[in-house]
Amino acid sequence: MSRQTVEAAVKAADKLNETLNAFLYIDREGAIKRAETSSSGPLTGIPVAIKDNLCVVGMQASCGSRILGSYHPPYNATVIQRLLDAGAIIIGKTNCDEFAMGSSNENSAFGPVKNPWDIKRVSGGSSGGSAAAVAAGIVPVALGSDTGGSVRQPASLCGVLGLKPTYGRNSRYGLVAFASSLDQVGIFAREVADVARVLGVIAGRDTHDATTANVPVPNYVESLSGDLKGLRLGFPSALFGKGVDDEVAKSVKDVVEFYRESGAEIVDVELPHAGYAIAVYYIIATAEASSNLARFDGVRYGFRAEDAPELRQMYRKTREEGFGPEVKRRIMLGTYVLSAGYYDAYYRKAQQVRTLIKQDFLNAFKQCDAIITPTSPTPAFPIGEKVDDPLAMYLNDVYTVTANLAGVPGLSVPCGLSSDRLPIGFQLLGPYWSEPTLLKLADGYLKARPFTELPPVRA
Amino acid sequence: MPINESDIAKVAQLAHLELAPAELKIFGPQIVEIVNYVEQLNELDTTNVEPAIGGFTPEGAKTDSERRDELVPSLGQEKALEEAPDPAEGHFRVPKVL
Repeated sequence: MSRQTVEAAVKAADKLNETLNAFLYIDREGAIKRAETSSSGPLTGIPVAIKDNLCVVGMQASCGSRILGSYHPPYNATVIQRLLDAGAIIIGKTNCDEFAMGSSNENSAFGPVKNPWDIKRVSGGSSGGSAAAVAAGIVPVALGSDTGGSVRQPASLCGVLGLKPTYGRNSRYGLVAFASSLDQVGIFAREVADVARVLGVIAGRDTHDATTANVPVPNYVESLSGDLKGLRLGFPSALFGKGVDDEVAKSVKDVVEFYRESGAEIVDVELPHAGYAIAVYYIIATAEASSNLARFDGVRYGFRAEDAPELRQMYRKTREEGFGPEVKRRIMLGTYVLSAGYYDAYYRKAQQVRTLIKQDFLNAFKQCDAIITPTSPTPAFPIGEKVDDPLAMYLNDVYTVTANLAGVPGLSVPCGLSSDRLPIGFQLLGPYWSEPTLLKLADGYLKARPFTELPPVRA
Repeated sequence: MPINESDIAKVAQLAHLELAPAELKIFGPQIVEIVNYVEQLNELDTTNVEPAIGGFTPEGAKTDSERRDELVPSLGQEKALEEAPDPAEGHFRVPKVL
C-alpha cells in the first residue's frame, strides 16, 4: 500500500515539475526504497515534501540559492528526524524564495514556482513549492518555514491549509536561519486532520533549540470537533479596509457570517499598531538576516568565487556572485539599521513597537479566542507584476507578519475562489499555544463548507 | 535620517558585498524608499516601552536550556570538511589574509 502511494507521488512530482517547478530535488529511487522499510508510526508510508531550507541527510539543501547550490547537510533537522521516526517518506525538496526571502517565489535562483490554478501566476512565497505540491495533489502534506507569512500566504494563494505554529512550538534546529526570532517550521495540507497529525509528530521541546518551550504537546487530532458554540471570534474591522481586494473582503466576511450562524460569538477587536507591522518586520527581519547570512563566506561550505587571491576579496566576490538581488537588498538594509549610530533609531525602535504589537494581541485575546482576517490582500498575482517594486511586494505580508512579531500561531484556510477561479483564504490567529482552537475552527468551517474545487494542474 | 548613494556603498562594504555599479544604481533608490517607509515608526511615542526580545511566549522566555555536561558525539573533522570548497590536510584552506 505505502509503496504504491509513494510511487504515485514520485511519478506525479516528476511529471508535474516541468509545468510547476515545485521541486528542486526528487528522490526517485530512494523514496520508493524507503517506503518498503519505513518505521511504523502515525505517518507510516505517507509521502511528504520538504522545503529546501530544511536539512535532510542524503538530499541537497540549496535554500533556493546559488551560494549553497548542491550543499548536502550532514545531519537531519529535528522536525525531519521526527517525521522519519513516525514513518513518513520524504520524496523531495521543494523550491522556495532564496533563503525564504520573498512572497512570490520569484526570488528563487532556480526559477519561480507556478501556481497550479493558473501557471501564469505566482504560487506565493516563500514556501511556494511546498504549497503547490500539496495543491496539485502530489503529496498530502509538506513542510515549509514561516518568518513573515511564508507558509500561510502561499497556502492561501494555492488553496490549501497552512499553519504557522506558536514560536517555540517546533524546533528550528536544522532549519537554515533567516530571522531567528521570527522563523518557525509550518505545515501544509489539504485536510485539517493531516495538519493536526503532523503537528503532533513534529512539535515539542528539543535540546538542540533552546527557544523550544517546555509546553506539553496535546493530541491535536482529538481537539477537532465540529461544535463551535460559545467560541468568541475577534473581527478587526479596521483591517478589512483599504488595499484589500473586494472579492477577498467579501469572501472572508461570509466566513465570519458562517461562524456567527454556527453559534460563535463575533467580537469587534482592535489591533491599533497592526499598521506598523510591516515597517517593524522589515527592520527586525533584515537585521537578523544580515547577521545570520554572514556565515556564507565561501569557507566552510557551498560556493566559493574563483580568481580572488586575497581573503576579503574572496568573501566579497563569493557573496556578490552567490546571492540574488533580494537577499543582497535585505542584507544591506539589515546592515544599515544595525550600523553604528542608527541602531537606536531603527532596531531598538522596531523592537519597542514589536512590544506594542504583542500587547495589542494580548489585549485582544482577553475578549476573544481567535481573530479572523484575510490571509493575503489579493489572490495570486501574475508572475513579474511586482518584481521591480520590493516595497509593493512587502505589503503582501500585511496580515501575516504580526503573528511572527508577536509569536502567536496562525492558520490559513481556503474559503472559495475568485471570479478568475483563484483561491481565497482566511487567516485565524490565536493566543500562544492555541493551535487546538485554530484547528477546531478550521475543521468546523471545512466540514460545513468543504473546499472541493480542484486546480487545472494536478496529479 | 536621509540616506544617500555613498551610504549605500559604505553599507555594501560593511556587509562584505562587492556590488557592481549597475546594482548600486538599482538598490540605492529602493533602499531609500524602504528606509523612508520604515521611518513611519517615528510617529509613535515609545519613551517607556521595553524593547521586545524575540517572539518569546511567557513559557518560552522561561525555558530552561541547561543540560547535563555529558560527552555526546559530534560531526568530526572528516564530515565537517566534506562540503568545504577547499579543504586541505584536515583544515579549511582560505586565500592569503595579509
